[in-house]
Order: sequence, then structure tokens, then C-alpha cells
Amino acid sequence: MQEPLVLDANAVAGELAEMMGVDITAYLARCAHCGNRDAIGSLRAWIHGPGVVLRCVICSEIVIRWVQTPNGPRVDLRGAAFLQPR
Amino acid sequence: MVEPLRWQIGTVIAIRRQTDRVSSFVITLPDWRPHRPGQHYDVRLTAQDGYQAQRSYSIASATDRAGEVELGIERIPDGEVSPYFHDVLVEGDQVEVRGPIGGYFVWEPGMGGPLLLVGGGSGVVPLMSMLRARHAAGDGTPAVLLYSSRTIGDVIYREELERLAATPAGPSVLHTLTREQPPGWDGYARRVDADMLREAAARIGGLDAGPLAYLCGPTLLVESAAAALTDLGMLPARLRTERFGPSS
Repeated sequence: MQEPLVLDANAVAGELAEMMGVDITAYLARCAHCGNRDAIGSLRAWIHGPGVVLRCVICSEIVIRWVQTPNGPRVDLRGAAFLQPR
Repeated sequence: MVEPLRWQIGTVIAIRRQTDRVSSFVITLPDWRPHRPGQHYDVRLTAQDGYQAQRSYSIASATDRAGEVELGIERIPDGEVSPYFHDVLVEGDQVEVRGPIGGYFVWEPGMGGPLLLVGGGSGVVPLMSMLRARHAAGDGTPAVLLYSSRTIGDVIYREELERLAATPAGPSVLHTLTREQPPGWDGYARRVDADMLREAAARIGGLDAGPLAYLCGPTLLVESAAAALTDLGMLPARLRTERFGPSS
């Protein structure tokens, strides 16, 4: 069976919450590439690589990504122009 | 400051078969927290050699049962986690869980509407939590559930949905059976499409009423329904999706 690799970022909310100390999936993020602003939970999540990649629903560029290392997680937020807690 | 989420050991106190492939598992938790309808729990299994497999399962219960949570789990034949739940686990067993999780795919009384819920297969589980919470709160937000199943035997919560629909201010419930229909079937008999979505929305004042839509199910259903709704003029910001990907 062909299984789709993409989920909504809501699916990785648990891992995000463990890393950040708070559930940020309802926060808004502005995509640094195209400017779209939407909830982090709405980003498309690719979870089958060595790390997790969250991509913009409009332009498909990377907004947030992280990897778990022996020394803890590393979160790359360069693709987000800003996060807006709510 | 709220304590961060942690993994904890819960105890399965009831297993209720819903259909051939879906059962509800009621789990009591030492560190229980109230959930919001639409949220999920992560479940983690650890083998003797340390190998771990983790999946997310939606909460079916309304929010009024302190200390326990009901997860709806579909058995995926080649899955790593769900067959363990269905074939091995018995009442009294312990499982490792983390939750409740997810602030995005959430609707609770007071968030407004009208509510357009579209579910496919076990994607109905988080929508059921929303409908149960709406009913428990006496919330009168107009609501419709468009629910796609393969056959009548695959319809989860069928009787409870009928009961809810029959209550005053109960939700409209529309079924479509995509693979096989029983004799005399008067519901839909095809995959969810734009006409069906428009007819569902008509039950709650139409798309012009600016509904809040929650779509949950297999990726194909969610994507085609989301695309159809935006084509029909729905604002993307009013539309929330939860895809079931490789949900083994």
C-alpha cells in the first residue's frame, strides 16, 4: 500500500511540546519565504526523515525543522519570520 | 506555570469494540489533565530490546470524565502499534501515553460556528469528541457531520450518532458509504465531493454563513474536501485539517 508521507504538524504536537515546554501548534507562524501566516498546526509535516520538517502550505518551503541529537534536540526556525503566541 | 507534558503509565480499564476494525480503549491516568475536543494522545510501545514505536490516537470522549480518557483506535493490519492494542492488550494492562496534545485541531463550546465536520473512517473520532462536548454543554451551535465509511458495518458510533441527531438542536448527520450499501440505503453512495459538501453546508445555513470546518481522515479525502471547500469560497483560515498518514 502506498502510504503518504505528509501529515499536518498537529501530528507532531507532542514532540514539539516536549522540546519547547509548551504546545505551540496554535501559535501563528509567518513563513519567511512567502509571508503566509497560519497556525503552526496547519503546516505540512514530513516525519520520516532523520528529523522532522514542517513546510508552508502555500509555498512548500521549510518553516521549522528539528532533529534529535544525543545532546538533545536542535530546532531550526530560520524559515519563520516570526511566531505569534496566542 | 503549567507542568510540561510527560510520558506516564495509564491503565486500560475498558475495551469496547465499535466495528470490526475499530475499538475504544478507556484508559485511567495518574496525571490526568482535562482535554479539549479534537486533541490526541501519543502512545508509545517499548520492546524488550529498547526499540520504540509511537503513534498518535484521537480522543473520543467528551471532556467531563475526570481521570480517564477514551481513545478510538483502528486496527491497521501491518501496523506496529494498533495490532498490539487490538490483539494483545486486555483490560487491566498498562500502556505508556503522553497527552492531551494539540491546540490546533480543536473545537469547544464557545468557539462558534456553524460547525461543518467532515470525517472519513476513524477520522470521525475527534469529531465525535466535539459533538459529545457540544451535547454535554447544551451548546446550540448549528452542526453537521458528513461521515464517509466503506460499508455500513464500518460506521463507528452509529447508534450514538442517531441518538444525538434526534435530540433537540442535535447535529445533522449525513452518511456516505463508498464501497457497499445495504438494501434500501437512502444516504450517499460515493466519495465526498463538492455537491455533497454544499448539501451538508446547507443544513447549517450554507457556506455563506461562514462555517468553521474540521476535516479528519485519510489524506486523499481530507485534501479533496479541503480543495473543494476552498473552491466553493471557504476561507482557508476557517478550515482545519487532520490527515491520517502512515497511521500504523
